[in-house]
Formats: sequence, structure tokens, C-alpha cells
Amino acid sequence: MEETVQQYTSVFAKPKNLRRRKIVNSTMLFLCVVAAIISILPLFYIFFYTTKSGISSLNWDFFTQMPKPVGETGGGMANGIVGTLILVSLGSLIGIPVGVLSGIYVTEYSGGFFSNIIKFVTDVLSGVPSIIIGIFAYGVIVIPMQGFSTLAGGFALGVLMIPTITRITEEMLKLVPQSLREASLALGVSRWKTTLQIVLRTASSGIITGILLAIARAAGETAPLLFTAFGNRFWSTDLNQPIASLPVQIFNYAISPFDDWHKQAWAGALVLISLVFIVNLIVRIVTRDKFENKV
Amino acid sequence: MFQDSVDAREAFDWKFIFSSDWDPVKEKFGALPFIFGTVVSSLLALLISLPVSIGVAVFLNEIVNKALRTPLSFLIEILAAIPSIIYGFWGIFVLAPFMRNTIQPFLQSTLGFLPFFKGTMYGTGLLTAAIILAIMITPIITAITRDVLKAIPTAQREAAYALGATKWEAIKMALLNARSGILGASVLGLGRAIGETMAVTMVIGNRAEISSSLFEPAYTMASVIANEFAEASGNLHVSALIEVGLILFAVTFVINSFARLLIYSFTRKTEGK
Repeated sequence: MEETVQQYTSVFAKPKNLRRRKIVNSTMLFLCVVAAIISILPLFYIFFYTTKSGISSLNWDFFTQMPKPVGETGGGMANGIVGTLILVSLGSLIGIPVGVLSGIYVTEYSGGFFSNIIKFVTDVLSGVPSIIIGIFAYGVIVIPMQGFSTLAGGFALGVLMIPTITRITEEMLKLVPQSLREASLALGVSRWKTTLQIVLRTASSGIITGILLAIARAAGETAPLLFTAFGNRFWSTDLNQPIASLPVQIFNYAISPFDDWHKQAWAGALVLISLVFIVNLIVRIVTRDKFENKV
Repeated sequence: MFQDSVDAREAFDWKFIFSSDWDPVKEKFGALPFIFGTVVSSLLALLISLPVSIGVAVFLNEIVNKALRTPLSFLIEILAAIPSIIYGFWGIFVLAPFMRNTIQPFLQSTLGFLPFFKGTMYGTGLLTAAIILAIMITPIITAITRDVLKAIPTAQREAAYALGATKWEAIKMALLNARSGILGASVLGLGRAIGETMAVTMVIGNRAEISSSLFEPAYTMASVIANEFAEASGNLHVSALIEVGLILFAVTFVINSFARLLIYSFTRKTEGK
């Protein structure tokens, strides 16, 4: 309290000209508005530019055709899109169960020290650069298997998804009222059935949106795929072979010197951006309903 | 990873960190240019991003009304969700030419006497990378600063108003009280900037040199891994890259833990009040 009083007096102790204070006030508030505008500006610019450059190449062929060699116009990224789908599905297979289960563990089964440690580790893990996860997958899967593979890429994406999903599961389970759990337990329902059929079901819509968010993020990841899934110019669905993916293909096309490829890459970027935007919009709408019901 | 980098660690010892030679052909590896590039680009990004983020957080929390707050915070969230590859792509085709033609000549003609703004203007380089990074970490710092500001009790602000403070003076009060939380937020943003790979790789110019000019191309730890790992020749090269990864991992781990602890202790302190 004393500290606070001192702080207040330090601000107001010097008698200041009221007019000057008012000018400072409006200048700083104005600067805050400017900051908000500056931070939003790149978003619109990126959206606008991606749409402008990508829309012309975004047609049916883009989704159904294979990449064409340099010099030939047309072609698409069908293999990249399918590759991303396969990689993300593989990642989900690893990330969703582990993430959801550890989220359940933290909120439902463990209190105190150990759950705090898990929470801290997931927080820190979510800050680990994705390229490091790529190296990890390289060491764990690529080296023993002696080659880049779809499996390794899926594994890397799965590891990336875990912290996000754990975190959201945790948040959503916390929103489930304690009385619901108690009511179920009082009716003689066993602990695991309460968790699975009452708590998890109540929180399911929130958890699903969280999973969507993690999937959208994984779909846009490039760095960990560079030396796990590697990329492939041809059609492949073999789990032991390198596979193409949309972000890696965008990267390779973007740093190439060919105009045709740039256009294709912009179209790919447009697809990714739209995916991210739509998923975030859905998440926003669903979670908003949730909070309004609660309040 | 520790295991996989054993070759490089045995071959170069501590010299690895302090040597600035990186020559795969001669099998000489030193990570100093990458460490330099990473540190400078990230710190610069934080320097650009921090005032903006605090401004946005204040704007969203204290100034704007609810009708505008929801869509605006949504847009800022989207900014965090855009894949980094798209930032990089945009950086190459929009930001880099803009830097080359407008910003860099301007800086050189006005502040050209400083060593930072000398040299050839490529468009790509440290400064461009820092700006892209700043755009990318702004949403993160903003989000946490907002949470921290929310944790400051309203009563304090009301007390300030009651003493006749202007709006900005009341906000300044809250910001001062939130400083450890804001520090945590910026350290977290720094961690993100250090680990960011794709966008930086695409705009930083990728040259393993240390130069005092911010216009010169540089290289970061994450981007050297991204560029060379898949086509690394020889065990020593791979192992050197893994050691770079190990350093990167250690740095981000320490930074993130530090930031999280700061934020935890801050929220716990205010909750206890």
C-alpha cells in the first residue's frame, strides 16, 4: 500500500501545468491508436497482395493437376495438397490423443506439483522453434530409417500439435462446472466414466475447435518438413517415401526465379491463408457462444 | 540431439561458438555469424515491436469500446496465425523492394553517418528480417500485455482518477505496475523471434558474415539449419548443423522458461492481492 502511495505521489508531486498534462494525455492516446493501426496494416496488405497475386492461378487445375516443368504454363499442386492432407492426418493421429489425454490428466487427475510441471513444460514446449522439432524428428525417425519419409514429417507435425491441444483441452475442461462432476459421482458413476462421458462431452465443442486450430497451424508449418518429409515433385502416398506438402512447395517456388512458379506459389499461399482465416473465424464464433452462456 | 552432434563438438570444442568461419567445403565450421545474426535480428525486432505492442494493448484494453474491440482483437489473432512461409513470401516480393527503394535510401541519406546504415542496399538483410519478425511477434506481446493489464486491479486506476489524473496518467500507473509482466511478454516474443525460421530465411539474405551495417545480408541459426540440413554433405557438416540446433534449443528453452516464470509470478502476485 505504501509503495502504491509513493508511486502516486511521484507522478503527481510536481505541480504541472494542466494544459501540458492534457496535451501529453491526448498525444499518448493518439499514439496508441496509431500503434493499433500500424499493427493491423500488414495484415490487410498481406491479405490484399496474396489475393491479388494468387487469384488468377487459383482454378480447378490448381487442385487437380500435377506440377508442370518450368516453362509450361498451367499445372497445379495436387500432390502438395494431398501430401499436406496425409501429413496433417498423421500428425493428428499422434497429436490429438496425446494432447487431449495430457490435458485431461492435468485438470482431472492430478493436482498440485506434477500438473504444474506438465503445464510449465507444455508452455515451454510451445515456444520451442519448429525447426528444432524437425531436427528431433530427423534424429528419431529419419536417421534410423535411413531416408526422408512421410512418417517423419507426420511425426514432427504431431509433436508440434501436442502443446496447443493440451493447453486448449485444459482450458475447456476448466470451464466445465465442478457441480456437474460431483453430480455424476454422487449418482455412483465411476471416475473414468464421469470424465469420459460427462466432462469430456460437455467440453467437446471447445476441444474440437482447439484441435482445428492446431491442425490449421500444422498445415502451414514449413520448417520441420524441410528435412523430414522433404518434398517430392511426383505423386506419392507411400509412408516410407518423401512426400510433397503445400508449404514446402510454396517455399521452393517462392525462392525460384520463374514467374509461373511464383504465381502458383501465391495461389498456394492464398489457399493456406483462407484456411487459417476460416478456422480462426469458426473458433471465434464457437468460443464466443461459450463465454456468453457462461456469463 | 546432444548425441548426434558429438562429431562437431569433438572437432571444434568451444571454438565452435567463437569462430566465424563457416565453410562446408573445407569442413570448417564456426557458429558465430549465425549467433550474431539471430541475436541482432531478434533484438531489433523486439525494439520495433515492443512500443507498438504496448500501444495496441493499451488501445484495446483501455480506450476502445467493446463493439470495436472484438473485431480488432480477432484481426490481431489472425496476424499470429498466418503461416510464417506467407510472411516470408510477402517479405520477398513486397517488403524487400519497398525497403530497397524507399526506406533504405531514406535512412542512408538522413542517418548515413552511422555505421548501421552504410553499405549496399539489397533490400534483403538484417533490417528487413527484423521488420518481418516485429510484425510476427507483435500479436504475441500484445496478447500477453493485455492479460497482464487486465490483472491490474481497477481500483488502482479509479484511485488515480480520483486524485485527478488524466487518462494517460492512470494508464501509465497501470503500465508501471505491470512492468514485470510486460518484461515477461517481451522476453517471450524474443524467444519466438529467435526461433522463427522460414520468414527470416527468405528475407535475411543468407550470408554467413558479421557486418556492422543493418542493410547487409546476414544469417541466423534457424535459417542455416533450414537451408543446409537436407543437403548437408558429410557427417561433420550434419553434426555441426545439429550443434547449431542444440545451441538454438538451449537458448530458446532458457528464454522461454524465464519468461514463463516471470508471467506466472506476476499473475500469482496480483491474484494474491
